[in-house]
Amino acid sequence: MPGNTTNAIDVRNAVKRYGDFTALKRISLTIEDNEFFTLLGPSGCGKTTLLRMIAGFEDVTEGEILLFGEAIAKLPPHQRPVNTVFQNYALFPHMTILENVAFGLEMRGKSKAEARTRAGEMLELVQLTQFAARKPSQLSGGQQQRVALARALAPQPKVLLLDEPLSALDLKLRKQMQLELKHLQRETGITFIFVTHDQEEALTMSDRIAVMSAGEMQQLGTPTEIYEQPRNMFVADFIGETNLLEVSVDQVMNGRATCHLGGGQALTCNSVEGIGTGAKVHMSVRPERLFMSDVPVEAESLKGRVAENIFVGTDISTLVDLAEGPQFIVRTSNSDRGNKRIFEPGSEIFVNMELGAGRLLMD
Amino acid sequence: MAAGAASGGSARADTYKDARGWLLLPSWAVLGIFVLGPVCMMLIYSFLTKEFRGGVIWEFSLSAYDQFFFDRGLFGDEPAKLEWTYITIFWRSIWQAGAATLLSLVIGFPTAYFIATRPEHVRPVWVFLITIPYWVNLLIRTVSMKFLLRDQGPLNDFLIGTGLIDSPIHIVNTNFAVQLGLFYSYLPFMVLPVYAAVERYNFSLSEAAADLYASKWTTLRRIVLPAVKPGVVAGCILVFVPSMGSFLAPDLLGGAKNFMIGSLIEEQFKGNAGNWPFGAAASMVLLTMVLIILMFSARQQAKADTAGS
Repeated sequence: MPGNTTNAIDVRNAVKRYGDFTALKRISLTIEDNEFFTLLGPSGCGKTTLLRMIAGFEDVTEGEILLFGEAIAKLPPHQRPVNTVFQNYALFPHMTILENVAFGLEMRGKSKAEARTRAGEMLELVQLTQFAARKPSQLSGGQQQRVALARALAPQPKVLLLDEPLSALDLKLRKQMQLELKHLQRETGITFIFVTHDQEEALTMSDRIAVMSAGEMQQLGTPTEIYEQPRNMFVADFIGETNLLEVSVDQVMNGRATCHLGGGQALTCNSVEGIGTGAKVHMSVRPERLFMSDVPVEAESLKGRVAENIFVGTDISTLVDLAEGPQFIVRTSNSDRGNKRIFEPGSEIFVNMELGAGRLLMD
Repeated sequence: MAAGAASGGSARADTYKDARGWLLLPSWAVLGIFVLGPVCMMLIYSFLTKEFRGGVIWEFSLSAYDQFFFDRGLFGDEPAKLEWTYITIFWRSIWQAGAATLLSLVIGFPTAYFIATRPEHVRPVWVFLITIPYWVNLLIRTVSMKFLLRDQGPLNDFLIGTGLIDSPIHIVNTNFAVQLGLFYSYLPFMVLPVYAAVERYNFSLSEAAADLYASKWTTLRRIVLPAVKPGVVAGCILVFVPSMGSFLAPDLLGGAKNFMIGSLIEEQFKGNAGNWPFGAAASMVLLTMVLIILMFSARQQAKADTAGS
C-alpha cells in the first residue's frame, strides 16, 4: 500500500545478515501511529537488531523500512526523525543534564536559548528540574534513565525507540518506570517501540507485542491475545508459566478439538488453525486455569498426587505429579482460598481444567 | 583463640606494609640517581664559573644566567640590555616544538582513531606497525629523512617526475624540515596515548549523538574530543617536551639558521669551545619553562575533572 501514511513504521521483508549469519529472517510488520509497540524475545532473537535498523545504526541487508510512508533504510541515523533511549543511557558525561537534554534540539537548529527553555520543560516533565546543572555521574540509575528519556523526547521525534531501557533498574523502580513510560506515551502521543526480554514488562505496557525468536516473528498481537491464545510452543512457553501435555487429535470442529492422551483419556480443548485430525501436538494450559479437588469435577480431570506447595505471596503454586503425564503447576490465588482447596503433599487428587482453558499449539 | 588469630592477621598486615616500603626503594633509587641527581648537578653547575677548556671552577657566579638574558657589550662594561639572541632561539624552539606537536596531532589522531576502531585482534598489529621504524636509531632515521627531502632526493624527483612541479622544492634547511623531523621522531608518543583513550571511549555516545541529529563532524568535535581529551593532552606533552630540547633534527635538517635550544645546550658541552655553566643555565631555563607548561596543563585538567565529577 504505497502512500499509506497512517502507519508509523512499515517493515517490509527486512533481512539482516552478518556474513553467513542471518540475524533477521524476512520480518514484516506494521506499527500504527500512537501505538505502544513491544518487540519481545530472548537475547539473540533479533529484536535489538530490528530496533537498530529502524534507528539507522545497522543497515538493512534486504527489504524496506518506511516511516510514515517514507523509505528511510538508506538515511544515516542523524537524518531520521526518530530518537532512541539506549540500554546504558549513553548520556554525554562532560555535559550537564540540561545540556544533554538540549543537545538534540540544538542539533535540529534551535537557538541555544530556545533549546535550553525546551530542555527545561522536558526536565520538568520527568521531574528532574533540580538536577539540571549536575553531571550524569552525579545521578542515580533511575534518574539517569529519566534524563535519557527526556533527551530522546525533547526533539519531538515521530517515533521513540527504547532499547531495554529498564533492565538496569531494580524491581520496584522498574515497575514505577513502566507506568511512567506508559503515561508518558499517552500524554505525548508519540509512537513508542520498546524492546525487552521481560514478558511481564511487555504485557504490562504494550498495546501490541511482537514475540520474536531466532530472527523470526512468532506471533503479533495484543497482550491478551499473546497470553491467552499463544500460536505455538515457543510463545506459550516464553510468555508466563504454562503446563504442556502431549496429545493426539481425534477430531477438530468449530475451533474445538477432541484429543486423547497416551493412556487413552479423552480431552476437549481449543484448537488453532493448521492442526488436523491425527496430529500429535502439545496442549497448553495456564496454571491459574486449573483447580484441584478430591473427586473429578469437570469432564477434563487428570488424576495426580500433590508433590509440593510453594507459597509465592499472592498465590500458592502446587506441583502435581500426574498419573498420566508430566508434572503440572496449579496456581491458586490466596484471595480464592474460600472456593478452591489446597491439598497436603502426598494427597491423591484430581486436577480440573475450566472449560476452554486448554489450547492446542503448533510446534 | 579468636584474639590470637586477629593479632596474627594484623601482624601480617604490618609485614605487608613494611614490604611495601622496601619495594618502593628501587623506584626511589632510580628517581634519585637519574632524575634528582642530574638536575641538582645542573642547578649547581649553572651557578659556577666556567673553565676555558670545558669544565668548571668551584666559585659562585651568576654570569651564566647574566649571559643568557643580558647583553653588556663586548667587554662587559656597557649598561645591561636584554639579550635577544638566546631568547630568540628559545622562542623558535617553542614555536618549532609547537608546530611539530600540532602536526603529530593532525596525523596521529586519525591514525589512533583508525587503529582503535579496528577489530580487537588486529589492533596490536597496527600498533606494532606504528612502532617498527622506531627500532632504527634516531640519527639514522633523521639522516634518511634529510636524504628523502633534499633537492635531488626521491621526494623532489617524484614530484618533478609526475609534473606537479618544475624545479625542486627546498625543504632541507628550513623550519618546516625541522618540524617534519621532530614530528617523525616523536609521532608514536602521540599515537599511543590517543589510541589508549579512544579505545576506552564508549562508542554508544557517538550513536547517541548521531541519533540526536549530530553530523559525524559535530559528533567528533562535541562528543569524541572532550571524552578523549586526557589522551590528547598526554600525547601533546609527550611530543612537545622532547621536541623542545631536541638537537638532532634541528642540526641535521635545519642548518645554522634554524638553531634550537637543544643544539645550543649541546654546543656548550662539546669539545673545548663549550661553556658548562652557560649550558647548565640554559638547561635550567628550559626545564623551568617545561615545568610551567606541564603545571598549567595539569591545572587545566584538574579543573575539567572537578567540573566533571
